[in-house]
Amino acid sequence: MSALAPYLSVRNLTKHFAPTAFSRGPVVKALQDISFDIPRGQVVGLVGESGSGKTTIGRSVLRLIEPTSGEIRFDGKDIVKLGAGDLRRQRRNMQYIFQDPFASLSPRMTIGQILTEGLDIQRIGNRAERRARAEKALAAVELPVDACDRYAHEFSGGQRQRIGIARALTLEPEFIVADEPVSALDVSIQAQVINLLRDLQLRLGLTMLFISHDLAVVEYICDTVIVLYLGRIMEIAPAASLYARPQHPYTQALLSAVPSPDPTKRLKRQILKGDIPSPANPPSGCVFRTRCPYVIEACAGVVPELRETEAGHLKACIRDDIPA
Amino acid sequence: MEAPILQIAGLRAVFRIAGRDIAAVQDIDLEIGSGETVALVGESGSGKSVTSLSIMGLLAKKIGHIADGHISIRRRDGSVTELTGLDAEQLRRVRGNDIGMVFQEPMTSLNPVYTIGEQIAEPIRIHLGKSHREASAEAVRLLTQVGIPDPARRAKQYPHELSGGMRQRATIAMALACDPTLLIADEPTTALDVTIQAQILDLLADLQAEHGMGILFVTHNLGVVAEIADRVAVMYAGRIVETGPVSEVFARPRHPYTIGLMRSLPRLGQATALKAAGKPLPTIAGNVPSLAMLPKGCSFAPRCPMAIDACRAAVPPLLQVSPTQASRCIRWEEL
Repeated sequence: MSALAPYLSVRNLTKHFAPTAFSRGPVVKALQDISFDIPRGQVVGLVGESGSGKTTIGRSVLRLIEPTSGEIRFDGKDIVKLGAGDLRRQRRNMQYIFQDPFASLSPRMTIGQILTEGLDIQRIGNRAERRARAEKALAAVELPVDACDRYAHEFSGGQRQRIGIARALTLEPEFIVADEPVSALDVSIQAQVINLLRDLQLRLGLTMLFISHDLAVVEYICDTVIVLYLGRIMEIAPAASLYARPQHPYTQALLSAVPSPDPTKRLKRQILKGDIPSPANPPSGCVFRTRCPYVIEACAGVVPELRETEAGHLKACIRDDIPA
Repeated sequence: MEAPILQIAGLRAVFRIAGRDIAAVQDIDLEIGSGETVALVGESGSGKSVTSLSIMGLLAKKIGHIADGHISIRRRDGSVTELTGLDAEQLRRVRGNDIGMVFQEPMTSLNPVYTIGEQIAEPIRIHLGKSHREASAEAVRLLTQVGIPDPARRAKQYPHELSGGMRQRATIAMALACDPTLLIADEPTTALDVTIQAQILDLLADLQAEHGMGILFVTHNLGVVAEIADRVAVMYAGRIVETGPVSEVFARPRHPYTIGLMRSLPRLGQATALKAAGKPLPTIAGNVPSLAMLPKGCSFAPRCPMAIDACRAAVPPLLQVSPTQASRCIRWEEL
């Protein structure tokens, strides 16, 4: 692999959910033409509101759901074309951390069983080696090794999320999708878990896709941030640049909507009117135009291309005269 | 002087678990004046929702009850009613009439088989004795007031036909139907996206300016508190540990828990500097204690960087640190 090639490369990823025998209604266009790269050892954040397609991207890149079209390349290998056996072997390198630490751990299995299940499926090691790997993963997330013989209900939310992270680590993956890993946790515990994830990521050289609706959470852990709206990318930028100089009107509105923990800064918010339109019937042209304070007639005509406005900072907006 | 809209004194609510009474909240004193918004903020298990459920008389009867204390509200006619002694029927009358309620999940607080209009009209018929026709017209007017476009058509729709933000607007319309003196909003924006949360916070502030009701705003989000509240009470492990005007508490928190909570709140733009310096995000060490096994003395002592033996000896009283601010920390002067 050349040093410059990205570890994960997504090209023109599109996912349409068609109605099934049990659900009537139109085709839902969850993702439209998503392209981005993650260099090895870097963390890319996906932010957006409900229905923006964050989780659909996260699940698609691991092929937990099948993309409608597009390419997903890990180290140059397109996993969309892999058969079941090859995909299973590939998944050794790819793990998922879920949002809800209560729903994602089986209440009937001991923590040891939960942690070694992936190893069993991948037929890695013997019993003792699997147990050793589980204990190592527990140590990595700063939990006592005797947790192996206990059940999920004996742990608090923050501890369970650590177990969820340990489960992702036992296979020693190269790539992790962390889907809202701290959203269900209290503020004082959130910061502990983010620090832990950041530590592990740096120490193990993990490549990560970090999904969150919370812009403030993403800032610390991500190198690059992608802002999604209604299944399309609005802006991609290095984290520092995105927070200092948001360029897309949607990113600006999203940042300004986050309540500031400073009571002297009240009422400086820019409030977006209306709701996110239905992904079954997205607006023509720019999908954000129905709520955009800077909309002009031309916005309805074309889907804006992502274009670079400064090094590494891309926005999908046709206007250049948006005030900062 | 006018009586406060809501007055809570010495509230203690207990849950019976495995044959033992466990206090979910204790020593709660709280007042809300008319037109005032008081935020009750805390993490899971701090007792903020138990406090709001106690006021509404909605503690699950089989396991929980108010063991001690008083809760009184000033009604629209100016009379003051003590809520703790009322039977279910009397409470029901106070609830629809004088206390409006908005909860976290609009989908679960709306009935899926009735139209939005019918649900808003119901309390108007029952509590205010209006006819069907009058109540329906009033429902449409309320939907207009909470900013729902095309209200006459929306009134005929079912909850599933509305977006999350619209549903929350509808539950607010329902809560306001009888023009309550007190609105209890329990995490009303937690299930919503930030852009919709901003809309709902704005709406609540506008409605309060118009109706003059007192609002008890229960939330885990300090940013929301700073945005909407006049005063704040910070809860930890079932007790209020700090209270005061938002401007004072945020400018100068006087309890180590409040300080820790504010530090661990991620703030836009600050993480980049920490990351560049290779520093971790500030945290509060440890976990929230179980209510069944509270430590002796100050409940926060095991996680507190400033704890001394005296902290572990007895539960600190709420100490007045200024005419308007109080802290349950014996070392507040050193903070």
